[in-house]
Amino acid sequence: MVREAALTAASRPRVTSQTSNMLRFLLVKLAQLVPTFIGVTIVAFAFIRLLPGDPILLMAGERGISAARYAELQAQFGFDRPLVVQYWDFLKGLLQGDLGDSLVTHSPVTGEFFSRFPATLELSLFALAFAVIIGLPAGVLAATRRGKLLDHTVVGVSLTGYSMPIFWWGLLLIMFFSGTLGWTPVSGRISFMYFIDSVTGFMTIDTLLAGNWDAFLSALHHLVLPSIVLGTIPLAVIARQTRSSMLEVLGEDYVRTARAKGLSNFRVIMVHTLRNALISVVTVIGLQVGLLLAGAILTETIFSWPGIGKWMIDAISRRDYPSVQGGLVLIAFIVMIVNLLVDVAYGVINPRIRH
Amino acid sequence: MALLDIEGLSVRFQTSSGLFAAVEDVDIRVDRGEVWSIVGESGSGKSVSMLATMGLLPWTAQVTADRMEFDGRDLQQLSARERRRIVGGEMSMIFQEPMTSLNPCFTVGTQIDEMIKQHKGGNRKERHERALDLLAQVGIPDPARRIKAYPHQLSGGMSQRVMIAMAISCDPRLLIADEPTTALDVTIQAQILELLLKLQEETGMALILITHDMGVVAETARNVIVQYAGRQVEKQAVKSLFASPRHPYTEALLSALPERASGQDRLPTIPGVVPGQHDRPTGCLFNPRCQYVTEHCREVAPVASPGDPARTLCHYPLGSPGDATTPDDVSPGDLPPAPSDSDASQSEVRP
Ligand SMILES: Nc1ncnc2c1ncn2[C@@H]1O[C@H](COP(=O)(O)OP(=O)(O)OP(=O)(O)O)[C@@H](O)[C@H]1O
Ligand code: SF4
Ligand SMILES: [Mg+2]
Repeated sequence: MVREAALTAASRPRVTSQTSNMLRFLLVKLAQLVPTFIGVTIVAFAFIRLLPGDPILLMAGERGISAARYAELQAQFGFDRPLVVQYWDFLKGLLQGDLGDSLVTHSPVTGEFFSRFPATLELSLFALAFAVIIGLPAGVLAATRRGKLLDHTVVGVSLTGYSMPIFWWGLLLIMFFSGTLGWTPVSGRISFMYFIDSVTGFMTIDTLLAGNWDAFLSALHHLVLPSIVLGTIPLAVIARQTRSSMLEVLGEDYVRTARAKGLSNFRVIMVHTLRNALISVVTVIGLQVGLLLAGAILTETIFSWPGIGKWMIDAISRRDYPSVQGGLVLIAFIVMIVNLLVDVAYGVINPRIRH
Repeated sequence: MALLDIEGLSVRFQTSSGLFAAVEDVDIRVDRGEVWSIVGESGSGKSVSMLATMGLLPWTAQVTADRMEFDGRDLQQLSARERRRIVGGEMSMIFQEPMTSLNPCFTVGTQIDEMIKQHKGGNRKERHERALDLLAQVGIPDPARRIKAYPHQLSGGMSQRVMIAMAISCDPRLLIADEPTTALDVTIQAQILELLLKLQEETGMALILITHDMGVVAETARNVIVQYAGRQVEKQAVKSLFASPRHPYTEALLSALPERASGQDRLPTIPGVVPGQHDRPTGCLFNPRCQYVTEHCREVAPVASPGDPARTLCHYPLGSPGDATTPDDVSPGDLPPAPSDSDASQSEVRP
């Protein structure tokens, strides 16, 4: 009793110092992100302006536009000012959380973005879940059956998956599962039979909130194929990384120690080996998030998924400067935040970083 | 019945260039409470033979033995599950690299606790008390604080003490220490050896100490096995081995000891290295480095003479000049166990 009381008392100051360590770690990381973020704003700003094509001419379309009207619109959107000034305005707005209005819809870019973002996030999360749920065990099994048939299969399949062209792969799956077999829907997030109020923007959650079970199943049904398509490359990457870091850790002295302790094979693999192998796997999973958002653009196009991918493609084709530059900056911002969270998770599972 | 009884142990590794016999025909017989040492240069197969005993070799290893018993139980016949009950519980091992032998992700306490839980059970509080006692027993200051430490917060010596605490946590009857001090500072080396001997005396467990240092053998063990290139070349009580080594390799190891090399500028070392997979000579494996080598040695591999209690693997054992054994008059048969000093102290087992 006495000893236990002493222990808790002694451990209390350590906890607070750990928390402040973590806080300092976070602040340092955030500070490091500032230059990257500025770089991103420059690239986003320049990218769309470097593309040939002019938003005003595109809006005018076939009818054409008079020189006077063109100049008037240029002045209205501020495109007649020097680029540096335009960029400075963009940056100033950004700091105030204002990314300007879309040239096409005239509504704020942030609103447009965040009304579509949940659809992309939902798809990405399902894709990531698919990749982790299949990829992690596949990598572990391959490593424990090194050189056996299962191992060769996993290595072969993940190599194929890694170099899979998403567009072709998506069309192939649609043709087979939606076309030939008729198992899965071809496009959209949910059957047109259901009208679900958007509360969270996540179709799976909103249908459940509405208490509509059939709609929920329909939403899941629509998620299957896009998630598989989007999750294929991350799956391959995760399986490969898990396998190789498991193999590396299996050769470590402390795994031999674990065996020398007479622990079960299961415990040696799942606790002593996997725990250490996860450190590098988590990093790789974090890196997948950026790729997922990039991959989502293609996948959403294939499946007419109403997310930011499809929105960005439309915005680019219309040279909607504010939407494109704002969208890119927001995506980059989200990727950075996720990577930061991965760093934190890394610190949590790796005591050598935490202390 | 011996505690550990191994005869004709051989280990072959599958390698890209075929099978490699890392250990061949090794006999080890250890009685309760005995202290043995296995000595030999790097690559002699000391670790491999003990890892084979523990069942810790990778799958590329093929282990065969005429006999492999622990406390009367045939280790080769046991199921994996039954064997795991012995490994860690009744027979445990510590390793050369303490810094990498502990799992970096778990605290010292967790790693000791896990072992006790596996073999002894008990509730969390009992196990925690036991772990604290163990840390104190191996001389770790402030156990209540250290038990929460992660391995990277410990020095090499501390890590080895933790490894020892873990290894003795389930009251093993045999502890195998594989060069436990090689990676440590000289001052710490002596402390760790002292600790191992103290624990051996207190608990009455048997101890096999692997080393490449004849000086360590002299200070710690009572019986010694000399290994060379996977072969056991000689086996004797330490006293008589130091007084009259039988194998030329043993003699060479002994003359490399600082105290035996007084008057010379530099320590005599044995020229050359232990042959590996690709450069094993024909005949006696030691012949390229042996000062007594003859043509016969280069052609015919020696076999231990049945009349030789040291089982010297040499055509011309020292100390008995002239009566060289030839392969013809040798039939590898049963032999009396190796000489073992009877005064191996069997003090009372700690309650
Ligand atoms: N997994 C393995 N695969 C192939 N060969 C191996 C393997 N493990 C060890 N060996 C070889 O077996 C031989 C004996 O190695 P072992 O580790 O037992 O030597 P040792 O006497 O313990 O030496 P040291 O003093 O360096 O620890 C060496 O030639 C080594 O290269
Ligand atoms: S057999 Fe010959 S070479 Fe080998 S140790 Fe004996 S004397 Fe030396
Ligand atoms: Mg060794």
